[in-house]
Amino acid sequence: MKGFPAAAHETLQNAQLRRNLGKATTTIRAKRLRAVGELPDWEALRDAGAAIKARAMATLPEQLERLEESVTRAGGTVHWARDGAEANAIVAQVARAHGSREVIKVKSLATDEIGLNDALAEQGISAIETDLAELILQLSNDKTTHILVPAIHRNRMEIRALFEQTIAKGEQLGDEASAIAEAARKHLRAKFLSVPVAVSGANFGVAETGTVAVVESEGNGRMCTTLPDVLVTVMGIEKILPEWRDLEVFLQLLPRSSTAERMNPYTSLWTGVRPGDGPQEFHLILLDGGRTNVLADEVGRQALHCIRCSACLNSCPVYSRVGGQAYESVYPGPIGAVLSPQLFGLDVHPTLPWASSLCGACYDVCPVKIEIPSLLVHLRGRVVREQKRRFSGERAAMATVASVFASRARFERAQKLARLGRGPIAKAMLPGWTAMRELPDPPKETFREWWRERSG
Amino acid sequence: MRCALFITCFNDTLFPATGRAVVTLLERLGCEVVFPEEQTCCGQMHGNTGYADHGEALVRRWERVFAEYEVVVSPSASCVGYVREHVPSSAGRLFELTEFLVDRLGVTDVGASFPHRVTLHPTCHSLRMLHVGDRPVRLLSAVRGLDLVELGDSEECCGFGGTFAVKNADTSMAMLGDKLRCVLDTRAEVCTSADNSCLMHIGGALRRQRAGVRTMHLAEILAAQE
Repeated sequence: MKGFPAAAHETLQNAQLRRNLGKATTTIRAKRLRAVGELPDWEALRDAGAAIKARAMATLPEQLERLEESVTRAGGTVHWARDGAEANAIVAQVARAHGSREVIKVKSLATDEIGLNDALAEQGISAIETDLAELILQLSNDKTTHILVPAIHRNRMEIRALFEQTIAKGEQLGDEASAIAEAARKHLRAKFLSVPVAVSGANFGVAETGTVAVVESEGNGRMCTTLPDVLVTVMGIEKILPEWRDLEVFLQLLPRSSTAERMNPYTSLWTGVRPGDGPQEFHLILLDGGRTNVLADEVGRQALHCIRCSACLNSCPVYSRVGGQAYESVYPGPIGAVLSPQLFGLDVHPTLPWASSLCGACYDVCPVKIEIPSLLVHLRGRVVREQKRRFSGERAAMATVASVFASRARFERAQKLARLGRGPIAKAMLPGWTAMRELPDPPKETFREWWRERSG
Repeated sequence: MRCALFITCFNDTLFPATGRAVVTLLERLGCEVVFPEEQTCCGQMHGNTGYADHGEALVRRWERVFAEYEVVVSPSASCVGYVREHVPSSAGRLFELTEFLVDRLGVTDVGASFPHRVTLHPTCHSLRMLHVGDRPVRLLSAVRGLDLVELGDSEECCGFGGTFAVKNADTSMAMLGDKLRCVLDTRAEVCTSADNSCLMHIGGALRRQRAGVRTMHLAEILAAQE
């Protein structure tokens, strides 16, 4: 890991990325505002969403057992995976049991998180992404920059050239988006009709009924969850909703927050298996992958309420300039900055909690009211306390400045030094500032000196 | 009305003109201003950078220094937001300057005159922590001779963010670059705001670029009688 400052330094050099991303995020922000503005009870919905998630997390063990029971009752098989390696092994085992060298995939962050595609490749099984953007990234060995629109940084001409070299070899696709998409459609249709095993993630898993839900825009997800003989779903355990009626809240919150639509085009819900209709074998893998550790942090656990809508990414002034790759995680943006260090380790992502100016735009748009700025500050504190070897210079400087502020006499002495560009306050502020900005002219006297003269 | 001035360490040391303007303004409006000289820093920098124990000690110190005052006024939305979050007893008696003028004193015309073209950077913490809304705009609109020009993408962060400006200097500057473009598009002579921290950042780059646009705290405009 390069760390956020260095990674952002690199991505900021990419003018095309900054232009594409700036344009896309500005557009989606305005659309989201209109979409949520249509609902008079939007704030109440946010409160409901937050409350349902808080309840789900507070009763997680019980809800997961309820889910296992209801999925099993409906003819599905439930697997428990402590980490990504266990989850990957289960998927590989199911594919092998059906003699399949290929699996088709619904867009899924959980499977990206555990590196499923690479793990399957090692077992000689190809994972074929069927979401258009994921397919583009897979064909070009690129990495995601956005959780909802992973190829937001690529433009039409790049994609056309890519397809002409890969899935549409020897064809001339032209400039029309529809013709370029058609190439992907043809390629994918053949896979939908021939590959017997599909892998999905889950937006929601309902404990009460055992129903799993995936929402999407392209219909590829519907194909994957209905056509193959076997369906394997990898679900992070925090995706659980206690009751069926809870979906009512989230199916309003999610599309308006993510794509700024009243309703997403495809909402697929399935409950176990149904003879003669859809996959005849269903496996649900419940993935921990660090989530129970996150749950142990009373402040940080709120990050588990995330429904991956990406509104915080789109509204973030940092994300919209640096892009997703600067966060070096499948979870970028403000939510990534609080989720990645907790899921994958503070030592792996020690700089992410500082990748924010604490402007608060993310909290304002979060459909489940995750207090991202407070979580960032909390995690900064944890990094400082738990990663003792980092920031040793900064820690000493901060202690000195704090002791200056603790006494009026010391503060007033330091003010005099600061005016001359010296002393502990100036030392803590100067580096990094003057490379690109001027400092204000030092005033002739401090405010309190003026006040004292005036008061005589 | 007797009010205690919470100047903030930053303004006290680097922007005394803002403090002087607050005193001039409040006295003109009939307030008696007192300055508790024991005040230093509210702890925001420590608290928000991850040094919660230092931040906590300093904000408790703030609480003691200002405990006896019924009304406390400050020309910093950011510091007021931080104190409000950490000192519940400050509720109802600690005001950011524009809140104090509009809500407590009930004035929008403060008798100022400033015949210049001005644009307002509303600041993240004014907007999203304090929810001051259009109070700064109402105050500026009542200033005689002032030509207020709307800033494009005004609600977007300028990229200061305290230690963020130093720890993530490249990203901070990318954000600032877009803010500067919007400021320059207004053709304003002065960019104002309720926080000198944002203004130090914006103004620092305007000066480096010799852009010819000044930054001035809102209090200084409201105190002006040019």
